[in-house]
Amino acid sequence: MNKYKRITLDGLIFQNPTFMLVLGTCPTLGLISSAFSSMGMGLTVLVILTLSNIIISALRKVIPNAVRIPCYIVVIATLVTFARMFLDKFVPELYESLGGFLALIVVNCIILGRAEAFANKHTVAESAVDGIANGLGFTLALTLMGVICEFFGKGSVFGLQIMEFKIGMLATPAGAFLIYGLCIAVFVYVIDAVERARRVKANKLARENLLKEGA
Amino acid sequence: MATFIAIVLSAVLTNNFITAKTYGICPFLGVSKKTSSAAGMGVAVTVVMVLATLVTYPIYTYVMVPLNFEFLEIIFFIFIIASLVQMLEVIIRKISPTLYNAMGVYLPLITTNCAVLGVTELVIGDMSAILGEGVAMNMGWAVLYALFAGLGFTLVMIIMSGMREKLNCYKMPKALSGFPISMVTACFICMAFAVFGYIV
Repeated sequence: MNKYKRITLDGLIFQNPTFMLVLGTCPTLGLISSAFSSMGMGLTVLVILTLSNIIISALRKVIPNAVRIPCYIVVIATLVTFARMFLDKFVPELYESLGGFLALIVVNCIILGRAEAFANKHTVAESAVDGIANGLGFTLALTLMGVICEFFGKGSVFGLQIMEFKIGMLATPAGAFLIYGLCIAVFVYVIDAVERARRVKANKLARENLLKEGA
Repeated sequence: MATFIAIVLSAVLTNNFITAKTYGICPFLGVSKKTSSAAGMGVAVTVVMVLATLVTYPIYTYVMVPLNFEFLEIIFFIFIIASLVQMLEVIIRKISPTLYNAMGVYLPLITTNCAVLGVTELVIGDMSAILGEGVAMNMGWAVLYALFAGLGFTLVMIIMSGMREKLNCYKMPKALSGFPISMVTACFICMAFAVFGYIV
């Protein structure tokens, strides 16, 4: 399989940071009561993750191994400061809705985790693809849960009122925990089922081939 | 006195870091399998939160604001927290090996804990809703808020670890075991804490 295709699939599905690795939970749980803010968070992390992956992988031969974590943190904190200024100036409504979680992107485990696990061992191009794939996986997961939470919790989708009926609990942190937990369970179940079906099919093919050879 | 009570109730019960603000979820889900380790993590986080506020609040108010350096707050704060945690680890290892064995393993994890950076960012922001009318923010209130926010964090960690120890006795479907069932458990803790918001 193509190298880049594998990196992309890993980031999007098999190593999805939100559902499979359960990283970056604080902003996820804090923001999925609104689809707009969760998608904004996802896209901000996507940009910062891609840039930090590129910078760290470009500097991977310069950064001494013993002080690598502080170096990564400086790179990430600088990018977050830029993102904060940019959003404050150009997208103030998103800046408002993200609140304290914008500054907390610095300690988001996904970004530091990808820097430590991927970017310091791979080339710039691979790291960029990995950043985009993981960021997209995070964004898609957050948007999906944001839409579910907002639809049932507030009766609206992206701020557009659709129905009167609502379960207020689902728009609070309690509901966020519930929806996140159930989404992980469904995701893991589906991936397991697909894997099992593929294995059964492969076994069946192998058995038929054996029988054919025997005959 | 009224401000003191308001800060205690808000930080521990109504605006608890885990159940209302969802800060510090990584240790909440990761280190809550056993009550002893949950309590150790909670105490370690509380100590670092208080120390971090004690250092960052005066630096922000007396150095960064007069010099117009506010835009560098994230870089400054994360660096102060990281070096503080490193220093604390060295000091504890030197002074008390017993304490180091109980608490030391959690210290490196705390650098990337949202609760610590979160509290230092919160106390320099707008806190008038909690402090009440006409009470200005100062160093004392900031440290007090950090202390009780940390204690609230420890409280929820211990409750959660108790529930998870109980959960280990039951069989459950493979897809639900691990993180999903912990999150559903956390959902019930959050609902219980949300009720305090209606009382106060």
